[in-house]
Amino acid sequence: MWLLRAFEERVSELVGTGEVSGLVHLSIGQEAVAVGVMDALRASDVVYSSHRAHGHFLARGSDPGRVLAEVMGRRDGLCGGKGGSMHLVDREHGLLGASGVVGGTIPLALGSALVARDAGRGDVAVVFFGDGAAQTGHFHESLNLASLWSLPVLLVCENNGYAEFTPRSAHTKVAHVVGLAAPYRIAARVVDGNDVLAVLDGARELVAVCRAGNGPALLECLTYRLRGHYEGDPAKYREATELAEWREKDPLLRFAPRVSADEAVAAEREARAMVERATVFARQSPFPDPRELTTDVRDPLRNVNG
Amino acid sequence: MRRDGGVVVIGEDVAEGGPYGATRDLVAEFGDRRVIDTPISEAAVTGVAVGAALSGWRPVVEIMFIDFITLALDQLVNHAAKARYMSGGQLRVPLVLRTQGGAGVRSGAQHSQSLEAWLAHVPGLAVVMPATPADAAGLLRAAIRADDPVVVVENKALYYEKGEVADGALVPIGAAVTRRDGRDVTVVATSRLVGEALAAADELAAEGVSVEVIDPRTINPLDRETILRSVSRTTRLVVAHEAATIGGFGAEVAAMVAEEAIDRLAAPIVRVGAPFTPVPASPVLEDAYLVGRREIADAVRRVLRW
Ligand SMILES: Cc1ncc(C[n+]2csc(CCOP(=O)(O)OP(=O)(O)O)c2C)c(N)n1
Repeated sequence: MWLLRAFEERVSELVGTGEVSGLVHLSIGQEAVAVGVMDALRASDVVYSSHRAHGHFLARGSDPGRVLAEVMGRRDGLCGGKGGSMHLVDREHGLLGASGVVGGTIPLALGSALVARDAGRGDVAVVFFGDGAAQTGHFHESLNLASLWSLPVLLVCENNGYAEFTPRSAHTKVAHVVGLAAPYRIAARVVDGNDVLAVLDGARELVAVCRAGNGPALLECLTYRLRGHYEGDPAKYREATELAEWREKDPLLRFAPRVSADEAVAAEREARAMVERATVFARQSPFPDPRELTTDVRDPLRNVNG
Repeated sequence: MRRDGGVVVIGEDVAEGGPYGATRDLVAEFGDRRVIDTPISEAAVTGVAVGAALSGWRPVVEIMFIDFITLALDQLVNHAAKARYMSGGQLRVPLVLRTQGGAGVRSGAQHSQSLEAWLAHVPGLAVVMPATPADAAGLLRAAIRADDPVVVVENKALYYEKGEVADGALVPIGAAVTRRDGRDVTVVATSRLVGEALAAADELAAEGVSVEVIDPRTINPLDRETILRSVSRTTRLVVAHEAATIGGFGAEVAAMVAEEAIDRLAAPIVRVGAPFTPVPASPVLEDAYLVGRREIADAVRRVLRW
């Protein structure tokens, strides 16, 4: 969790220095969700992410230097600088895509789950999305499809109470996203998304459901983003008292009693050192050659026709 | 499908064969594991197909009428078309989206459109439009083997055409075909209008006019060379399609020829296409809407009169 926190703090600094440009959504405050869920997975599972993606990649094992280089638009980024913060991919780690389209990766995960179900090895597909995405057609169509086809897909909703600048109550009368699971007979749990062990416990239980062929499953993690929606958002739409309350529930503070003070200090120090090295790596990486602009679009035709 | 176990067909009523019988009998041979009926959820179903493609299958997703592609566009345009690029080449999307468009069956504005130009405008997608039974089979086969997404746009009026189809033949994507050799005017026509252009050429031959008819077959990537070579010889060009003239694919052909070969042209280029209205339902209005042999022949006479 410390790695995710230190990484995002660094990205925020780099937005300040102008070294990171574009829309950047940080997951500060939501680290326990990514870490808890990833710990319940195995290497052959596949994972799809959302626009708030950095934490998912780091928690799954992506190299922090390559993630940062991508966010900075550098050649050694995971995607050679063509993806950027909202479109990270790390195929080697089974991370098949983040998306700038809210809700857009949910059906993609169903597709991978369909292939996994067919292969019969018990692999699952996981997709992270926000509570705002739960109002999209993609989500509602996907609940029905996943349930109809008994797909081994774990839908992880990071309910941070807001979609951009608007509280959940202004978007829906459904208090909890899991409320939508029952009509489709989907296994579901709500967990304290700031308690990494609660997330891990919920994820383990639901991943087991999927592996056993009884998927899909929906895990709703109640959490809060401690920064604005994107870097630069002054977040005037929420009360200082609300923010203060959630600072008390910071996932790092929540986990602290579980380890010794020394361990906590060491974990933070190690994470900050990793981020330091990642920063050096990313800064040293050149920008892509402008000739890369037109590569990776499609195969040349002779391959298509071969 | 016999050749590659990863090829699956997915869409509404595909097991029944669909409204035009295009996938009839597939389920008998390949079973419902590979011929997958879906609920009416175009957005998610297209996403499922994209996700399955990311996980290694070669799905052929069917959108029953191109009019409903509006619902699938997010997955097609934002995900399928861009995954390879955004991932810096880590991902491939070997997806085929089969659909059909076109008017003439009195079904009105929401079941008769020609929307291919939208799709041809999206980097990452290839768009093919077969005009003959052999091309319908050969292009589809090439599309399935391609490692990048291909949209196959059939024309419902052509479903009743009969023609020889060689077993297993591939029709290369991106290769035009000259349907008729001629000296005086080049007509570039797509889909249903290929037959109309050939009929117009017969009519004009009786007047002593020699028309060359080129069928691009793939509208993007376009076989520019075949068109330019022909126009350089005939010095006159008519471009014909069923879609509206404004913003249509014909505008791209006309602009390309103007850029590359305006010095070879003896007359302005003339475009034949639909008026800028929705497709009407009443037979009288729809007949007035549709362009065909007569409009092409008139256009040829016009470029010759210059
Ligand atoms: C389809 C779509 N509509 C709108 C947006 C603009 N947008 C970006 S993030 C966001 C809010 C998403 O809220 P939620 O899903 O709860 O995720 P969170 O940002 O809270 O993590 C919106 C509306 C978008 N990216 N995609």
